[in-house]
Formats: sequence, C-alpha cells, structure tokens
Amino acid sequence: MSNTVLNVENLTMNFGGLRAVDDVSLSIKKNEIVALIGPNVAGKTTFFNCVTGVYAPTEGKITITPPEKNTEVINGLKPHKITEKGLARTFQNIRLFQNMTVLENIMIGRHCRLKSGILGAVFRSPSTREEEEKLLHDSYAILKKIGIERYVNDLAKNLPYGAQRLLEIARALATDPFLLLLDEPAAGMNPNETRNLVDLILRIRESENVTIFLIEHDMSLVMSLSERIYVVDYGQLIAQGTPDVIKRDKRVIKAYLGEEVHA
Amino acid sequence: MNNAVQELKKSLITSLWFMFLTFPIMVIRVNTVENIIRWRWSNMIFVGIFSFVMSYFWRGMLKKKERGDKLVDFSRFMPSKLRNLDIRETLADKKIAKPVLIILLLAALVFPFVAGMYQTSIMTTALMYIILGLGLNIVIGLGGMLHLGYAAFYAVGAYTYAILHRDFGIGFWVALPLGAVLAMLFGMLLGFPVLRLKGDYLAIVTLGFAEIVRIVLENWNDFSSGPSGIANIPRPSFFGMKLPLPTATIYIYMITLALVFFTIFVVRRLENSRLGRAWEAMREDAIASESMGVNITTTKLTAFALGAFWAGMVGVIFAAKTTFVNPASFTLMESVLVLCIIVLGGMGSTTGVIVGALIIVLLPEYLRAFSEYRMLLYGAVLVLMMVFRPNGIIQKVRKRYTVDISELSSGGSNE
Repeated sequence: MSNTVLNVENLTMNFGGLRAVDDVSLSIKKNEIVALIGPNVAGKTTFFNCVTGVYAPTEGKITITPPEKNTEVINGLKPHKITEKGLARTFQNIRLFQNMTVLENIMIGRHCRLKSGILGAVFRSPSTREEEEKLLHDSYAILKKIGIERYVNDLAKNLPYGAQRLLEIARALATDPFLLLLDEPAAGMNPNETRNLVDLILRIRESENVTIFLIEHDMSLVMSLSERIYVVDYGQLIAQGTPDVIKRDKRVIKAYLGEEVHA
Repeated sequence: MNNAVQELKKSLITSLWFMFLTFPIMVIRVNTVENIIRWRWSNMIFVGIFSFVMSYFWRGMLKKKERGDKLVDFSRFMPSKLRNLDIRETLADKKIAKPVLIILLLAALVFPFVAGMYQTSIMTTALMYIILGLGLNIVIGLGGMLHLGYAAFYAVGAYTYAILHRDFGIGFWVALPLGAVLAMLFGMLLGFPVLRLKGDYLAIVTLGFAEIVRIVLENWNDFSSGPSGIANIPRPSFFGMKLPLPTATIYIYMITLALVFFTIFVVRRLENSRLGRAWEAMREDAIASESMGVNITTTKLTAFALGAFWAGMVGVIFAAKTTFVNPASFTLMESVLVLCIIVLGGMGSTTGVIVGALIIVLLPEYLRAFSEYRMLLYGAVLVLMMVFRPNGIIQKVRKRYTVDISELSSGGSNE
C-alpha cells in the first residue's frame, strides 16, 4: 500500500438530520486519474469539502501519504493546513479572486510556500525581495504552462469562461500539490474546450507528477480520462472500477436513468 | 426631438410637484398677531423655475452617466496640446511624477509658514484624518471587513497619552509608539471574537465594541475622569523645550506630515506584499483563499491589528494637539466620518483616501462662508459624489507586473 496517496475510510458527513455522505471509503494511488461521479446532490462536492477541510467530517478517517513522507491523518485540519500538506482543489462554481489580476491569483496560490511576514514587507529585506522576484517568475511560468499567459495583467473577472476555469487549475497548481482535486473542471465548456482540457490534465499529470481526483458530469471526459471511477448516489458508494466496468454496471445505470416500471 | 420634448415634460411635472409640495411653507405665511394670511405667490414662481432647471440638468447628467460620457468635459477649456493627455498615464510616468510629488511636498512644508495658525490647525486635522483613513483602509478597502468601531482605537491612543502623562508624567514621544502598540493590542482583542463574522454582523459587533470602549471611558471616573475628561495634556516638546502656541502648532503640523509620509510608505509596502495579497484574496473570497493556503485567522488578526495601529498613533497626536480628551470625541460619528473618507475617496486606493480625507475635513471648514447652509451643501456634495462616482473619486489601479520573458524561457529549460 506504499503508493496510496489518499485513503478515505468510512467517511460520513451529517448536516443536522441529512446524511450527505454515508460511509464512503476509497483510496487513490500515486499518479492515477480517478473520477467521482454520481447524479446531482449525490454528495460529491460534500465529499471534496470533507477531504479539503472545508467541513469537518462527522465520522471516518482521511489519511494522506505525500511523496517521500509519512502517512498522516488529516481530518479536522483547517483548509489552509491541508493545502500546505499538498492537496489543492478547484471549485465547481468558479471562485477566483475576481478583482485581482490573473498573475495575482496565481501568486495567492503560492502563498503557503512563501515565508515573508510583516517586517519583511515593510523593510523589504534582501530575502523578501528575492522571494518576490522568484514568485513572479514561478507564477508566470505556471500561467505559461497552462497556456493563459496572455491574460497576465487582466482582472480575473474579465476573462472568458474557459480561461477562468483554466486559471482555477493554474491557481491550484501554484500551491505545489501532489494531489489535485478538480470539481467539475469541464462544466460549461464547449466540446472543443473539453478536449483541450483532457490534454491539459494528462500533460499536468506528466509534468507536475501529480495525482488527479475529479468530479465530473461530462461522461465523455470521464470515460476518456479516468483510469478508475467511483460512483456515489444519495451519499453512498454504489460502484467502483474501470470505465468499462462502470458503463455496464446495473446500479449505475439505474441511478442515472431510473428503473423501468413494470405494470 | 421627441426625446427632448419628453425630457421637458418630465421636468415640468417635477417642478409642478415641487410647487405643490412647497406651497404651505413657501407661499402661505400666517401672521398670528394680526390674524391675516399673506400670500407670497412670487415665491412659487421661483420654486417652479428653480426646480425645473435643476430637474432638467439632473436628468441630463444621469443620461450622460448612463451613456458613460464624461460629466464635465474639462478638456474643452484646455489648450489643444493638453487635450489628449491621459492624466493617469502622465502621472504614472516617473519623469513627471517625481517633480509633481516634490512640488506637493514643498507646498506642504511651506504651508504652515505662509498660512495662519487657524489654517495650519485645520490642515493638521486633515492630515490626521489621512492617516486614519489609510489605517481603516487596510481593514475595509483591502480586507473587505466592514468596521464601524474605528474610533475606539483612536480613543485608546488618545487616552494612553492622557493617562500616562497624568499618572506617570510620560511625554509625547514615548506615548506615540506606546499608544500605537496599545491600540494594536486592542485591535487583536477585537479581532478574536469577530473571526467568524462577516458583513453586517461584523459591522454590528465592531460598533458595539466601540461603544463599550466609549462607555467605559465615560463611567470609570477613577481611571479616565469620566465625561469631564482629562485636561492639561502637554503639546509635544522640542528636545525638552516647551514651545509657544504658534510654534507648537507648526511643530505638530510637521510631526503629523512626517507621520503621513511614514504611513503612506508602510501601507503601500504592505499592500504589495505577501500579506497585502492575502488581505485582498480574503476580501474577494474567503473560502477560496483558505483553500489556497491562506491562514484566515492570522490574516484577519493582522488586518485588525495593523489598522488599529495608525488610529492609536493619531490618537496620541489628537490628545497632544487639543491638550484635552473626553469621551465625546470618540463617538460613532467619528468612525462613520473615517468610513466616509474611504468610500468617497475610493476604496483600496491610497491616493483616493488622501483626496477623500482632504475633502471631508476641509470642505465643511471652507464652507463656513455659507454659514447655515454649510451642512446642507456638504450633504449634497456627498450625495452627488455617490450618484455619479459610486466607486470613489480615485479608483484603485491594480499593479501591473512585468516579467522578463527571455530570462524566464532560459530558466524554464533547465527544469
């Protein structure tokens, strides 16, 4: 089990009387691309929120194994701590820093990898200046890698929709993650943009050496990209396996299309 | 053509309404002694004409605003060479910006010697509000947290000097950093309970905090002398020398001016740092910034603490300038005034806050010529500003970064 990077055991999340995630267990291996799918309100995003620390799960255990480090439990940690440990995410409904420039968005992503504090900012010590200089270059390099460098000084809110989605991925990459969680990265994209996104995700995996865990509704993307798929419905895990297995799974088809009614 | 007729018609209706509404107060005058009514019909005509013209003008301005035209095209009055000049771009040019700044600095330095004591004193107040505005701007403009209790920190600074002098005989120069640091601690004290709050709730709690501070000062007689306040606070001494009043006024002006520059310097550096970016990210989207690795707790606390720092500093100057402090100087109005400065000047913009402070403080002073209409005009200016420039007089310009691409590509190939 040494190459498992994320292991979730019996995760349960209650909101009052509502059980959004019910006893879900899964594990993701290094450099895999894994998809989490399911009908609307199945609890996919809640699952992501539990893993990234936005919610503290009611029950269960989440452990991560960063490369060349020891396994550790991360439930109950604050989101920024989890990001520091190397989990980065994007959001379903784009959450960019609208009134900041594209480059500044990336710079925020690098925030947790920088050190300078108040005194460094005021006195601009050589180490701070060096850090800022490097930050500028690193941030631009990330933009270039994702292919949105021409927007560098534009406000995030003025970007076309597809570019905003890419900027979210770029911002997440800026945190130097080993596991990237993408929440519906292709939502609202046209087929052409989606194809480019597939290429991009594959490319990122190679060049950045990251593992990718994504939620997606676009089945063509899910089937062409992911190596393994987990399916949830009403908070429960109903199937798992390779795309081919999932396509034929009766419970999955039932969850998506409903059952025939026999009169 | 039809449009113009429509506009005239609408203005006519407005003026008829005004004539009707002001009829009881402008036309009828009852003389209770002789029991006769005087009908002043001429007043009605004036009201009619005035409201017609104003309404027509107002509508025209709103139309212009909707079209995105300039409200007043100043370039028409300029020589042709200057007409196509973009002020912002020109000022961004270092060759022009430097002399302009030097001239402004010289003007500020010479001002107290040219103008009288009264003018110097007003200008010192304006400078104090510049610092207050820049400080609160950290919390509101950058951090995006609606803070209505800023006067509390101002009070902390002022009372630090007043009480330390009364009880321990501590002088201005020692009290200045102490007041600022103490206000900063109070800022953190307020920061802890409001960590989870935002928006309206945050505003209410900060407002309550300011009231607590004020009411404690008002009622704790042994500590703060209650509503009667603390008097005989000395003005700053010049290397141990006591200065006569006119010189002391100039001296305080100079100290405040120096502190304004200090504030601008520090605030601008903070803004363009890792911390400043975190503040802005928190304003834009707290959840996203947390997920990007920004520690919201420390970011919020530093915003509150560093915002309060400047208020404490100005508080000490205030105590030294007026030589008297009492709780009545630190009411909610004071916090609202500083908020006005930021909103009017332009949220997040340093230049905007400076301009806003000058307008808000100096305008009522120079409007004294209009005596009883002073506050009416002041209010009208604020309303007009908010209608026609809702983002403030000077909007924040985002820093544009330049990246040396050639250097980058060679660095990238090494990876």
